[in-house]
Amino acid sequence: MSKTFSIGGIHPNDSKFSKDVSIVDLPVPERVFLPMNQHLGIPAAPVVKKGDTVLVGQVVAEAAGFVSAPIHASVSGTVTDVGLYPDFQGKRVQTVVIETEGDDWLDTIDRTAQVKQEITMVPKDTFQKIQEMGVVGLGGAAFPTYVKLTPIEGMNPEFLIINGSECEPFLTSDYRLMLEHGQELMIGAELMRRVLGTGVTGVIGIEKNKPLAIKAMQKITAGYLQWKVVPLKKRYPQGGEKQLIDAVLGRKVASFALPISTGAIVQNVGTAFAVYEAVQKNKPLVTNVLTVTGSDPKIQYNYRFRIGTPIEDVLKTAGALDAEGNLLPHIAKVVNGGPMMGKAVVNMKAPVVKSTSGLLLLTEKETKRLEPGECIRCAKCFQACPMRLQPYLLYQLALAGRTEELDEYRVFDCIDCGSCLYACPAHLPLLDLIRLAKNTSLKNIRKK
Amino acid sequence: MISTLLYTVLILSLLGGLLAVVLYVVAQKFNVQEDPRIDEVLEVLPGANCGGCGYAGCRAFVEAFVNNPERTDLFCPVGGNKAMQMAAMVLGRDTLEQAPKVAVVRCNGSCQVRPQLNVYDGSPSCAVVADLYGGETACSFGCLGLGDCVQSCAFDALTIDPETCLPVVDEDKCTSCGACVKACPRGIIEIRPKGPKNRRIFVSCMNKDKGALTRKACPVGCIGCGLCVKACPFDAITITNNLAYIDPDACRLCRKCVAVCPTHSILEINFPPKKQEVVHE
Repeated sequence: MSKTFSIGGIHPNDSKFSKDVSIVDLPVPERVFLPMNQHLGIPAAPVVKKGDTVLVGQVVAEAAGFVSAPIHASVSGTVTDVGLYPDFQGKRVQTVVIETEGDDWLDTIDRTAQVKQEITMVPKDTFQKIQEMGVVGLGGAAFPTYVKLTPIEGMNPEFLIINGSECEPFLTSDYRLMLEHGQELMIGAELMRRVLGTGVTGVIGIEKNKPLAIKAMQKITAGYLQWKVVPLKKRYPQGGEKQLIDAVLGRKVASFALPISTGAIVQNVGTAFAVYEAVQKNKPLVTNVLTVTGSDPKIQYNYRFRIGTPIEDVLKTAGALDAEGNLLPHIAKVVNGGPMMGKAVVNMKAPVVKSTSGLLLLTEKETKRLEPGECIRCAKCFQACPMRLQPYLLYQLALAGRTEELDEYRVFDCIDCGSCLYACPAHLPLLDLIRLAKNTSLKNIRKK
Repeated sequence: MISTLLYTVLILSLLGGLLAVVLYVVAQKFNVQEDPRIDEVLEVLPGANCGGCGYAGCRAFVEAFVNNPERTDLFCPVGGNKAMQMAAMVLGRDTLEQAPKVAVVRCNGSCQVRPQLNVYDGSPSCAVVADLYGGETACSFGCLGLGDCVQSCAFDALTIDPETCLPVVDEDKCTSCGACVKACPRGIIEIRPKGPKNRRIFVSCMNKDKGALTRKACPVGCIGCGLCVKACPFDAITITNNLAYIDPDACRLCRKCVAVCPTHSILEINFPPKKQEVVHE
């Protein structure tokens, strides 16, 4: 019996069609859009203005608080605008626009492909470097990495869990990273472990549907005393922070508690790689890996992209657009992220950002919602919920707007994983309303 | 046989009498003195329990109304001046008349004029859309058209016009209770004075973007150009965040702003057509 989390969960078809496609560099775009809210927390504050020339890796925005991260230019060229631009969901965000001229990098950045094994930096400097280089959690939430590594009084980190579960169907960027850059991300993980303290044990959690990645990482961790690979049973949402801690350590994170209260810190494999680049290569977070995939076998790619590349440029390179720049007729919807937690892209001109992990191209049939029926109290949603919530009840309460009872039934614990919606035989829009109720509840709690 | 009947009747009557005494004593002892006027006032009010007055229900409102004769702000929007006068008559005091109000929809971007950029196929609720993303059009301030306001209205005064996809207020049914104002996640509904002869003028737009952005998103949005401010002889119009607002108390319904607005985002309601007015003069 291999390990997995103990409550709920579903088994969607993993559909990892792009898993055998190597990571290739996406061409440098003509123009990049760098939104200031690429991380969770306070948006960064721009330090460049219209007309400035910048080099790749130069800071264009500085962190504007504790939970914030700086943003660096991902192309070299001229800043053409600093203003409000709609993001992929049509919400306006302060954005720095850079028109590309050539591809000149800062001299301090080591651009060689050679793996730099030797760790020379002391943990204190490593910590600072991670902060300076704008590294954020690349698993999806984009929480500034250095904040997670900041010690909290009274809480001792015992485990550093590297999240290689990639439980979202379709996405393969983490998988490819483990296969192609396992050594590098291991060094990044080790760097983070040293920041947390020498007594910390490192664990890499990988789902069993990725046997090659498990083998590769096991080979690499053999050279590290404090590290081990834990194969996990395939189950969604294993990559959720709380679920992964449960799966690997069997410990539960309480409502509103930080994961570190259980002694564990979770970082994504992408983040570990970014830490490696930041510390060993002095390279800020200006590139990341994303998957362009879907049920079309011809459009399957893993790209290393410059942060801020417009989505339409990515799709054009992938061949998903026709000559006029429209989506191919069989593609009905582009989703930013995986099919479970990703959100529909409504603005193709918006950029892919630090935490973008994939662009999923869905056909009309795949994306169509089925007509909702009546709840038959089958409790499938309850069985699927990894947070042991009662989605059918929360849905009814949300419909009736009974906010106090929603709080009583812990609506704020919902992690937006969509398992309830996936499991519901009546196709009720459970997540739509629960997410709304959760956000309202969290807003009210914050107000207090 | 007879004795069985007799005993039954006797015991039950005795029990009945005894319990009646207990009830009487308890009722006397725990008697709550309530102002009889509360019930009287309750009777003359419409009793919609809509919460438009700001109280939890009609009874809570009447309690406050009866017990605080000095407060002049207590007003039942559903009953209006008529009901408040009757309530005041019951209590034997004067009420201040309030101008009748009505809900107005401050968005002009019908689905015919506002270009649709994407299709939303999730839960049919404005609140869900507003929570999720920027909406089907480029205007992130305008009406979402899924009718949360219609559902919130207890008086059937709101409908979504299938042609314009915008909510329409039935002036006769609207009680200005304000339930729709709370229900709209974009905050486009405002409670404004009905105005003399039900005539009123307001800016039918909530777009706070800069003019160029607004223009791209919607041809009938307020671009904050300030022409109306210059045209207004009564200083009733102010512009904040690229959006004009007409103060209903200062507005004298001269309609000069309506004529100069380049995007026709200022609406005049219930005015006779321009031609007739010329004849009158």
